[in-house]
Amino acid sequence: MLEHLLSFIIWTPIFFGVLVLAVGRDQRPATAKVISVFGAGLGFLLSLPLYFRFQDLHGGPQFVELLSWIPAFNINYHLGVDGLSMFFVVLNSFITFLVVIAGWEVITSRVSHYHAAFLVMSGLINGAFASQDAMLFYAFFEAMLIPMYLIIGVWGGPRRVYASLKFFLYTLMGSLLLLVSFIWLYKQTGSFDIATFQRFGVRDGLVAGMSLKSQTLLLVAFFFAFAVKVPMFPVHTWLPDAHVEAPTGGSMVLAAITLKLGAYGFLRFALPIVPDAVREYGSIIVVLSLIAIVYVGLIALVQTDMKKLVAYSSISHMGFVTLGTFMYVDGVPTVYGLEGALMQMISHGFVSAAMFFCIGVLYDRMHSRKIADYGGVANRMPIFAAFFLLFSMANCGLPATSGFVGEFLVIMGALKVQFWIAFAAGITLIVGAAYTLWMYKRVVFGAVGSEGVESLVDVNFREFIVLAILAVSVLGMGLLPGLFSAKLHSSVDTLIYQASQYKVGREGGEK
Amino acid sequence: MISPWNSADLTFLKPELWLLCSACVILLLDLVSKDQRKAVTHWLSLLSLGIAAILVLAGGVKSPQIVFSGMYVVDQLSGLLKFGSACLVGLVLIYGRQYFIDRSMLTGEVYVLSLFGLLGMFVMTSAFSFLTLYMGLELLSLSLYAMVALRKDDSLAIEASMKYFILGALASGMLLYGMSMLYGATGSLHLSEVSARIAQGQTSRDFLVLGLIFIVAGIAFKLGTVPFHMWVPDVYQGAPTPITMLIGSAPKLAAVAFVIRLLVQGLPAAFVDWQSMLIVLSVASIVVGNVAAIAQQNIKRMLAYSTISHMGFMLLGLIAGDAGGVAASIFYALVYSFTTISGFGILLSLTRTGFESDNLANFKGLVKRSPWLALMMLMVMFSMAGIPAFVGFFAKLSVISAIVSHGFVWLAVLAVAFSLIGAFYYLRVVKVMFFDDSDLDVVDSPFSLKCFVSVNALLLLVAGLIPQPFLSICADAVNLSLLG
Repeated sequence: MLEHLLSFIIWTPIFFGVLVLAVGRDQRPATAKVISVFGAGLGFLLSLPLYFRFQDLHGGPQFVELLSWIPAFNINYHLGVDGLSMFFVVLNSFITFLVVIAGWEVITSRVSHYHAAFLVMSGLINGAFASQDAMLFYAFFEAMLIPMYLIIGVWGGPRRVYASLKFFLYTLMGSLLLLVSFIWLYKQTGSFDIATFQRFGVRDGLVAGMSLKSQTLLLVAFFFAFAVKVPMFPVHTWLPDAHVEAPTGGSMVLAAITLKLGAYGFLRFALPIVPDAVREYGSIIVVLSLIAIVYVGLIALVQTDMKKLVAYSSISHMGFVTLGTFMYVDGVPTVYGLEGALMQMISHGFVSAAMFFCIGVLYDRMHSRKIADYGGVANRMPIFAAFFLLFSMANCGLPATSGFVGEFLVIMGALKVQFWIAFAAGITLIVGAAYTLWMYKRVVFGAVGSEGVESLVDVNFREFIVLAILAVSVLGMGLLPGLFSAKLHSSVDTLIYQASQYKVGREGGEK
Repeated sequence: MISPWNSADLTFLKPELWLLCSACVILLLDLVSKDQRKAVTHWLSLLSLGIAAILVLAGGVKSPQIVFSGMYVVDQLSGLLKFGSACLVGLVLIYGRQYFIDRSMLTGEVYVLSLFGLLGMFVMTSAFSFLTLYMGLELLSLSLYAMVALRKDDSLAIEASMKYFILGALASGMLLYGMSMLYGATGSLHLSEVSARIAQGQTSRDFLVLGLIFIVAGIAFKLGTVPFHMWVPDVYQGAPTPITMLIGSAPKLAAVAFVIRLLVQGLPAAFVDWQSMLIVLSVASIVVGNVAAIAQQNIKRMLAYSTISHMGFMLLGLIAGDAGGVAASIFYALVYSFTTISGFGILLSLTRTGFESDNLANFKGLVKRSPWLALMMLMVMFSMAGIPAFVGFFAKLSVISAIVSHGFVWLAVLAVAFSLIGAFYYLRVVKVMFFDDSDLDVVDSPFSLKCFVSVNALLLLVAGLIPQPFLSICADAVNLSLLG
């Protein structure tokens, strides 16, 4: 069982997804719901041993499975997780479970299709994080677009068709270049193994390196693929559209998990495979991250739509992740920056899912996301208001919530690089507090704003459970960050070692 | 020197002889049959296709056998492609039956012409001299011209048929002209001798290149690649849907074989020349096919432009020119034909008496009317768009990896950039099926049709999850045929 743990984690949700599709009927949605909650719960339980059996001191992939898949291209079914990816598999299984509960009563049309899409997507995302083979990664990375496309397009808001198409084509645009660069690397190394890619061209006297030109072209391809997914300024414009139109569950998964895949891609591919190009051009990405943090934060300030506001705040928060990733001191990435980026990714997974769920709770009652339609919600929904306050505070990075840890670490790292980078990043704490708390004030406080708010009822048991679980996670990570960071150290050390290598070598290194 | 043929050569010709005889017998039987539904003809045709496929498999050879004084070759490559074409023609007859019955177009000619067309494909696939190549091509083309015109009272169909015939005849003329020049330059019609003479350097290069240009132009016409693609959309739209399905599937396999025999096997010495011509054709097809498909509202026209772009992708493998590239092209052509045929099969499941489902709008809300068919069409579309887990992705992967290994990274980038545009119109079909509402009726297609279409579409997913056996069949066939 344990030696095939990752396979179980990937294929269990997919199996249950297909099962839901097969037995679910629109007349009897209850069957579909029960099966999906069971499947998602089982998936989450299966993912827990990843955390508890994880060996903190081991920097390489663990729970490895290796089978030959397509010998013609030397593509292997090669799975394994290290500190960089393990949390996201667990987080994804966790969020999927919550999403299934969150959609329990809200989704009324084509229930079985809805749950099936989420379960299949959950398995595919797990697969992408667990792949140790580039082509396997790519297959999962692309395939997950299909369920997400359907989720946004079928169950989304009024402009769902536009949003789903934009989402799909934007992400596909980036990843097709990734495909070409993987094929190029395959032609150079004879394998799609990620570790081989990472070792390729390292200047150790035996293999002569990889020219800066090739590295730069690869970095451009990686940048397009992953920056679109993160999303980074200026290729971020699909995200607000996708988020606003997606159903609550779709927004939760999109923000909590799939954005992380972009940042994960940078850590897994860009830093180790093209270290010299990153050293050379990383500063451009740092600048773009700072623009995302400050400028997109300011955009969030003026939003009138709650979901759009949280979407822009996601972009701003992900700016911290890319900032932490690409800050180099003397040609070496900083420990603070990388660990901060990872902690920020995990924390943002909890917080953004919680924020979108809160907005979903309000939307289900009022069918409006406009801030102006609300006001005085606290008078009618006190329990909800308390939870929402906690998540809003976490969103602005209050100490003792999970949001603080990552941002703090990244700013610490930035101080080592350049005071002004840290200063610019620090500004966002103010901007972030401004847009989040201002929105909170307008929605929750004050006198009851409209008849709709007057008739609101507080959260039911199902919603309470979801909110409570998320609240425990947010507080837990804020108070005991060591539970998370302890698992990161070894893998981050390995990554720093790989990223600090030099590959620019003698002439004629490439075939 | 080439020896005269003896009767032992006939044993290599069993599938072709069987097809010829059974087509004639079916033609005669059909004359006396009074059955309006043509049940006997239908089952006999399927039976003879099945037996032909079995004969192809049974007649498999390890190393290439050149027979009939060097006119004809039987090798693994021809075996693979003949088997594929026989299956595809069988599927066409199965999928198209209800359509023909509903429109009282079901005449014995449909079956006989299909069988003769398949015979033409068999000859093309195995031809090893200019004469046999041309003979096979014409047998196939003439059958197809007649089938496009089956609907005698439909002006679109007649127009399509005329266009197809005139442009096809023009292309055949070009091909013949090019072949005659090569004959003049080398003094032989046999591909092996042509190749040997050119390699010896006794030929005039100008003559050779001029002949080559005409040959490539003729081939491009038959494949439907830009700039010789004008007939494709009109013929696809005008022909009855099952005939469009036939034109879009099996003959593409024969055409690939034709290109491989003529260029890769016959003119390897002129590789540099035809490589650059194919690059132009391929780039133009990928660009024009994908861009023009966006504007189409008629799904048959859309699939026509999609075919043009797929043919461009298929040529990428031949541009690489080595065994790996040729295998990639064959894999691509096989994947493409089986994907297209399941797409058309679903299209046919939606047609009714007096109702063609050509228009994109007729797919509206399909998920509510027939969730299963909608799911199948979803798989077909994502496979055509080349999204992983479906076999179309591995087809794209193999051709792109073939050209990257020859240093054509720019070509790979261009190809994937335009496949992004391609994704748009495939997604639009999915959008129409899944996101739009519709007031059309519930689909009630025959159960058997649904079964076959489903198996066909599910195969795309299965082959995408386990592509290795299919890839290695193609690679082995090419290695044993071109090198052995």
